[in-house]
Amino acid sequence: MNGLSLLAQLLDILLALLLAPLLTGWVNQWRAWLQNKTAPSLFQPYYTLHKLFHKELIVAHQASPLYRAAPYIVFGCMVLASAIIPTLSTDLPLAPAADAIALVGLFALARVFLSLAAMDVGTAFGTLGARRDMLIGFLAEPALLMVLFSASLISRATSLSTIVEGLAHQTLVIHPSLAFAGVAFTLVSLAENARIPVDNPTTHLELTMIHESLILEYSARHLALFEWAASLKLFAYSCMGLALFFPWGIANAKTPLLLLLALPLLVFKLAVGGALLALLETFSAKMRIFRVPEFLATAFLLAVIGMLITLLLTPFGKAA
Amino acid sequence: MTSSAPPLQRTILQRLLQELCPDCQRLPGPFPVWHGPCPGAQWWPLAQRIHQAGGRLVALWPDAHATLLHVTYALEETLAWVWLELGKAQKIPDLSPLFPAANRLQRAAVDLADFSLAFDAPDQRPWLDHGCWLREQSAPPQPYAFVPVTGEGVHEIAVGPIHAGIIEPGHFRFSVVGEKVLRLEAHLGYTHKGAAARWRQRPALLGHELAARLCGDSTVAYSWAFCMALEAALDWRVAERTLWLRALLLERERVANHLGDLGALGNDAGFAVGLAHFSRLREDWLRLSKALFGHRLLMDSILPGGVRTDLDKTQCALLHAQCVALEPELLTLRDIYEGHAGLQDRFGTTGQVLPGLARQLGLTGLAGRASGMAADLRCHGNWAPYNALDVQAALREEGDVAARVAVRFDETLESLRLIRLILDHLPAPGPAVAAQQNLASTHAVRGLGRVEGWRGEIQVALQLENHRDSLTLRDIHLHDPSWQNWPVLEHAILGNIVPDFPLINKSFNLCYSGHDQ
Repeated sequence: MNGLSLLAQLLDILLALLLAPLLTGWVNQWRAWLQNKTAPSLFQPYYTLHKLFHKELIVAHQASPLYRAAPYIVFGCMVLASAIIPTLSTDLPLAPAADAIALVGLFALARVFLSLAAMDVGTAFGTLGARRDMLIGFLAEPALLMVLFSASLISRATSLSTIVEGLAHQTLVIHPSLAFAGVAFTLVSLAENARIPVDNPTTHLELTMIHESLILEYSARHLALFEWAASLKLFAYSCMGLALFFPWGIANAKTPLLLLLALPLLVFKLAVGGALLALLETFSAKMRIFRVPEFLATAFLLAVIGMLITLLLTPFGKAA
Repeated sequence: MTSSAPPLQRTILQRLLQELCPDCQRLPGPFPVWHGPCPGAQWWPLAQRIHQAGGRLVALWPDAHATLLHVTYALEETLAWVWLELGKAQKIPDLSPLFPAANRLQRAAVDLADFSLAFDAPDQRPWLDHGCWLREQSAPPQPYAFVPVTGEGVHEIAVGPIHAGIIEPGHFRFSVVGEKVLRLEAHLGYTHKGAAARWRQRPALLGHELAARLCGDSTVAYSWAFCMALEAALDWRVAERTLWLRALLLERERVANHLGDLGALGNDAGFAVGLAHFSRLREDWLRLSKALFGHRLLMDSILPGGVRTDLDKTQCALLHAQCVALEPELLTLRDIYEGHAGLQDRFGTTGQVLPGLARQLGLTGLAGRASGMAADLRCHGNWAPYNALDVQAALREEGDVAARVAVRFDETLESLRLIRLILDHLPAPGPAVAAQQNLASTHAVRGLGRVEGWRGEIQVALQLENHRDSLTLRDIHLHDPSWQNWPVLEHAILGNIVPDFPLINKSFNLCYSGHDQ
């Protein structure tokens, strides 16, 4: 660990915190454009956060300490997740602290606290949303694990930094398994980030909500933290996808100067990814909730196929 | 205006009335309405015979002084409007075994008549009064007794009356197992405003202003029905051109609502592009309404005896051009809706009301036509101007959300055709009201108007009286088709999952304000 890697780590976290709302704003802009609407400002998510942080906090009378703690725990989980996902550099001091499996666990931890908090005040919608969110979670997490394992098999490591470094800085090899894993990852990301076709982030219909109904009772800074955490999650997933499937341009310990190039490259990749996400959402309708298991089972199947292909194509005893 | 000519043959309903309520007489007006007292002993047999003949219950209400109970039945284009004299301590037979919609109509009647009538019905819960009305017999507000569902894993979800979106208030109680709905019970009446009492305080000839404001999305239908009833009571002859212009307004209202609903249905299924495009089309439509008729929703465009604005040639050309421009866009959007796998998966078999159930429950209007109930006032009867337009009623048998979407597309296209036809054959301007009766000579006359609004049949029944030389409404009742369709919504959701309810609800798009009044 040296000064530069500390700097890279710090930059990684700061970048996630600052850029995440921008990515959400960007996706919302594209959604509006694709619907022939006048788009809100790119900085609208920041204005919303600013507004929410300055509002009076209203908490239900029967809320337990868990209800008050949940926003901070969920937000903390998302910050930590962003810290261990290599965005600019693979030389991250925090990365050895948690590998890909722990990352999935981190997302699961946030989900558990969010669901518990939603059920805490005892409204019908909180419980309903918690149940639906758990349904999605328990199907999406194994699929995400399989996607990460497909990538792990290539570099024979579960540490994200090592995986990405292996993928980014090796001579160009085509990994067919990653194509399958990539599709599976896209499906999982849509489900995990409450996007269409699984959930509709802009709906006002309380009976169809999943993620929104979980945070229906929250207000002011608690809600701001949840909104920010949702942006961070989308950012983390996007960066994870970029790092796994389009890793070119990420700096490592040997090439610290690449950091300068990595930032504009990341912004470019995120911009393209965000526009594609909006396009995907515009084309689709929201599916019936009982189609979600089929949707995520497809993701799981694709990820497993990806893994099997890696195993088939790799001679025994030899790492790729 | 054929009230003077004798009908060629008596309708079934007429024969029934002659047998059971011989004092019935025909009221003037474009529709054959037979009106008179019903002897107490014939209340149930009449309902039974009409039910056997395939008739339907339209409305049921007590008059303002709680001395009479009115009911209207429709069979083909004929309407029977009979009333029962209320005596003390008399239990009125419950009509709900024959016509399920009577359940809530009767409970509302008890509320409105301040308990001066009682039905021999098992369900005695109040309906419109939530215990907050100021009156002598009012009990303190108590929770509405929803029918409980018990069993392992069954729990209740209470939704509303305040919702997450900006919509009208209504409470929905779901009993669910997991996501599956076992029972839904709606509780309405939150927007009751005592509109009937307000009507009685105002001059009868200004009543159309209130009628136009009862339900914003059906303002043309309500004001036309009101004016039709008023004109029938006063036996006014309205100019041909006026009737054609009213039909034009009614069709424009229908198109505006269908465009809004089609977009909203796409949006509720997560297809926001549909909403964006339909909103754009609807906005253009409303702006032209504002420019030509002075109001986006066409409020106050129909007056007793006339319409507020006439059209000149250039204005007709504008309206014509808008229909021509809208049609190809609508066809493209229909192709997109029908070709979108995700949307069709959400719409198909969702919220199904099969024709058998629809007939049993008396589903009416647009939702009825999606479930094989071929009733459309515009196609039946001999009333101007629809008798000259040859309206093709949309009809589907599937009874699901997809069918209600398809009916909306068909009706919008048909309305676009009708608007062009009306514009092409608009009669020449003449005197607005051909013969005005001397207002002072009228005393306690009744009139009834019926109009096929976009949601279904709207009926206005009124009684005029001459009060100190000014014409006032002694009694008025407006009936919204939502009374028939709200209970059917509770059946449509059965076996579906909770997150599909908003879509099913939107596909019916029933009225709160017109129902609660």
